Amino acid sequence: MNQRSSNLLDEALGLDQASEPWPLKGRVVAIEDRVETSGSFILHHLLKRSLSRNSSNVSIFIAFAQPFSHYDRVLRKQGWNLVSQRDNGRFFFFDMLKLQCPVGDEGITPGGGLIALYGKIHKTISALPEISQKNVSIIIDDLSLMEVAANGSSDHVLDFLHYCRTLTSEFDCSLITLNHEDIYSTEDGSTFLLQMAYLADILIKVEPLATGLAADVHGQLTVSNKGRNKASNFHFKVKENMVECFYPGRSRD
Amino acid sequence: MAAAKTRSSSFSGNLSSAASSLGPGLKCGPNGTVLLSSGIPDLDKILGGGFPLGSLVMVMEDAEAPHHMLLLRNFMSQGLVHSQPLLYASPARDPRGFLGTLPSPAASKDDKSRGPEPDQEKGLRIAWQYKKYFGENQLNFDGQRDGKHKYSNEFNLRNPLERHFINGQRVDCFSIQDSPDLSILQDRCTTFLSQLPRNDGSISCAGRIAIQSFCAPQCVYSNMEWEMLSFIRSLKNMVQSSNSVAIITFPPSLLSPSFCKRWQHMADTLLSVKAIQDDDKELAQLLTGYQDMIGFLNVHKVARINTQVPVILEATTFSIKLQKRRYLILECLNQAPVDGSSGTSYGTSGSCSSSSKTGNLDF
Repeated sequence: MNQRSSNLLDEALGLDQASEPWPLKGRVVAIEDRVETSGSFILHHLLKRSLSRNSSNVSIFIAFAQPFSHYDRVLRKQGWNLVSQRDNGRFFFFDMLKLQCPVGDEGITPGGGLIALYGKIHKTISALPEISQKNVSIIIDDLSLMEVAANGSSDHVLDFLHYCRTLTSEFDCSLITLNHEDIYSTEDGSTFLLQMAYLADILIKVEPLATGLAADVHGQLTVSNKGRNKASNFHFKVKENMVECFYPGRSRD
Repeated sequence: MAAAKTRSSSFSGNLSSAASSLGPGLKCGPNGTVLLSSGIPDLDKILGGGFPLGSLVMVMEDAEAPHHMLLLRNFMSQGLVHSQPLLYASPARDPRGFLGTLPSPAASKDDKSRGPEPDQEKGLRIAWQYKKYFGENQLNFDGQRDGKHKYSNEFNLRNPLERHFINGQRVDCFSIQDSPDLSILQDRCTTFLSQLPRNDGSISCAGRIAIQSFCAPQCVYSNMEWEMLSFIRSLKNMVQSSNSVAIITFPPSLLSPSFCKRWQHMADTLLSVKAIQDDDKELAQLLTGYQDMIGFLNVHKVARINTQVPVILEATTFSIKLQKRRYLILECLNQAPVDGSSGTSYGTSGSCSSSSKTGNLDF
């Protein structure tokens, strides 16, 4: 049993018990954040949990936001060497920073952007040894940039996500996505977000406190876990090597 | 089964591949980043040293005042003083003309003094509103300050930059007004940044890109929302893998709210400037030194490269002042003393964090 401190976030996600199967297996986790509070630390946290799960767990990271070096450094501070994980075939990094679907194409035609990406993911998973195929986490950072790459066609991004959803049923993968809630808060823009929220089994909202930002409390998390019919809300503080979660008014668990 | 070895220290000293020698105007920052100066020493202090190489800075303009131009001028001058290549794009017909308005570095004898010397204060009781003049210790990564190659200069806005800084430099000016689309600007940026590739060796030279009023209505492409966003994304990617800093200013009121938020998310460092009304009696009562202020600067987001920890500042709103009408300084806001007879309590003399709702008098 790994010596690690589980916290309120792990509890809310069901990750505090070392139970088989992994609670996030076959599930879609949607993270929503804002300009004031970035939710990328949750991606790092879940990546860490996925890697530490057992040696056959594989993570596929689809990066639109930052280059490999950034994630490598961040995870290094948390005790994980992504370069060696990549070399051991446990971590796949798809650098999508330069992906731009040509105008008019928007990922429909085979070989165009998003379809090709899906094909690549499917191929990667199929090529894994049998035992790992059942333990894959797909992490996407982040969806709003995928929309930009698709020239604004959120329909194609949603199609892509639906395709990835099939992977969760075919291979029991977990799908973890990050998106920015404040982009979609206008009336006509909210469809994409609502679709994502509908698709998700677990919804994590990262928001600032109503009173603004503070040095000791970086914001609040609201986790709605449909599978366990449970909602939790607590505060968090992000550190270099972990995230501290605590109930309002307390400084630690 | 892999055991997770969590290190308790948050500083991993992996500086083996860090730049062993840095060119002029560059210094090491946290988490293996290299910083360059914004041209405004106060802003550098606020941001923890300067702008990290590979980051995208965005400044939200206020239509009522051209304060973003002050930021741009200092940014560009600082680069030229350090012989850093510069690419400047603006909606003006002749962007090169703007170079004539760049300020020159202040001569050292002109260095402004910031209030009475601390030594004189022994034995004096200082009223709380003057305490701000004495070393509020903010995060300070002070580099060496020797000779000609100071990391950051004070700029005298009344003296134009000497011609020799501009001529014979890699200064590229480009007007974005008539471009039907952004492909030309994209190509210019690509060419510019190809001279500044990032590799693991020493960094001899860093470049600066300044794009002013990016979605200004006189630009032909300004209604192509997704194209502009794609451009920003690709610029950000190119900057990330090069030794440069790009600054883009834009008027947020000209974008739809959803796109404004998208642009804000793109930025590594996000600032906004706000005009101050002349003769706002309410503000005059609320703040000390109101008469000298020309505007407000808000820091919404500070770049977090190679780390997941957000930077939380003690204060996010600063007043922009021109000291002696030449030097741009940023100051924390201080509440004026409240008239004791009214019975309300004093606010603290420190600064306040901004809340998520921005109001008119939001500090």
